[in-house]
Amino acid sequence: MSPREKVYSSVEEAVANVADGSTIMFGGFGGAGFPNNLIRGVARRGARNLTVISNNCGTGEGELGILFKNRQIRRVLAAFPGPGAHYFHEQFDAGEIELELVPQGILCERMRAYGAGIPAFYSPVGVGTEVARGKEERVIRGKRCILEQALGADFALIKAHRADTMGNLVYRKAARNFNPIMATAASTTIVEVEEIVPVGTLDPEAIVTPSIFVDRIVQAKGIRHV
Amino acid sequence: MSKPRLTREQIAARAALELPDGAYVNLGWGIPNLIAAHLPRGVNVIFHSENGILGMGPRANPREEDFDLVDAMKVPVTLTPGAAFFSQVDAHVMTRGGHLDICILGGLQVSEKGDLANWRVPAAKGAGNIGGAMDIAIGAKRLIVTMEHCAKDGSPKIVKACTYPLTALECVNTIITDLAVIDVAPEGLVLREVAPGFTPEEVQKLTEAKLHFGGNVPEMAAAHV
Repeated sequence: MSPREKVYSSVEEAVANVADGSTIMFGGFGGAGFPNNLIRGVARRGARNLTVISNNCGTGEGELGILFKNRQIRRVLAAFPGPGAHYFHEQFDAGEIELELVPQGILCERMRAYGAGIPAFYSPVGVGTEVARGKEERVIRGKRCILEQALGADFALIKAHRADTMGNLVYRKAARNFNPIMATAASTTIVEVEEIVPVGTLDPEAIVTPSIFVDRIVQAKGIRHV
Repeated sequence: MSKPRLTREQIAARAALELPDGAYVNLGWGIPNLIAAHLPRGVNVIFHSENGILGMGPRANPREEDFDLVDAMKVPVTLTPGAAFFSQVDAHVMTRGGHLDICILGGLQVSEKGDLANWRVPAAKGAGNIGGAMDIAIGAKRLIVTMEHCAKDGSPKIVKACTYPLTALECVNTIITDLAVIDVAPEGLVLREVAPGFTPEEVQKLTEAKLHFGGNVPEMAAAHV
């Protein structure tokens, strides 16, 4: 595939095959590193019955909030739905949304495992808590552990600062968070960036996500933080 | 029982004394978030933020805010010299992997074995928020919980066994409240200090779990801020 083919001219084209019933990872944490333009693209596309994997569940209509407001989401895996996730909470309290609450470090480690070809792993996090319910438990080197399953998705929608046209990515400050991990764990990784630069421009020592993990690149226009 | 107890700031000031110079530290939400402002002069610690910062500094000035440089609470922060950014996986390699010297979390209940419950009130509506607390509680070399000694309805938060949803089993090393400093030891809970104006017996009355103490329990240090 020629590097050029990864660059899409619009958000609409980049998310054109996000279909009803898709499982989608969304990067972002603490307001930083959310692919807000891609999220709006999914909202406009109107795909429904989505399973969403993200640290939290939106702030008002911002970040993932718009997808909850539009009732496009059926199931969520999250670590911290968050006090500002009004639309999520409304639907969760009404029993309309299924939630799997996952400890944050396990949420990203399950993605890492998927991307690294590890189907499952044992961890002591959550032993003896609600999180352990239904999970295989065993003692390893004297420590109680539970079996955690790798977590993959149809799409990872992520945000980076800069991409070259091959898809090498660099991030900005704390906006990195889940983005590089999600890029490894989805069949199709779509990134929105502030700037697209020619191949060879990015310092190979500074590249955080190598191009092999990136399928589509689109220039972010409009929304940055919400 | 209307004797004044320590304020949240005073609990934070006492907790700040537990941080040795050069330690790598994660502070949770609530009272722990107030601790950085109370570090004694000459004590420098490196703050970890679970969204991917090591070397997090104080809140940014309003005109210097950068919304790509935020803490886990979405608050724009600054960096201290030597700071680094990293992904979520590395952020929790640090927590779960046992690399942080001290972590301080808020608490809803702590049991006499050091079990912690801090992410959901069972009676409350809603999903609850685990965030990074379970990874932090499992991995911290030393875990301190700061909280009010009793709940708003006066019921004890230091209990024989937690009735709230658990964060982690046998993870707490020290509890710092508006009434006492308590260590979780093999023999049970050891009352190390009491708030000014309170006797060990009075603190025991407000604690469901048994407290071990000798004849002379000192007053909480730095309680006079």
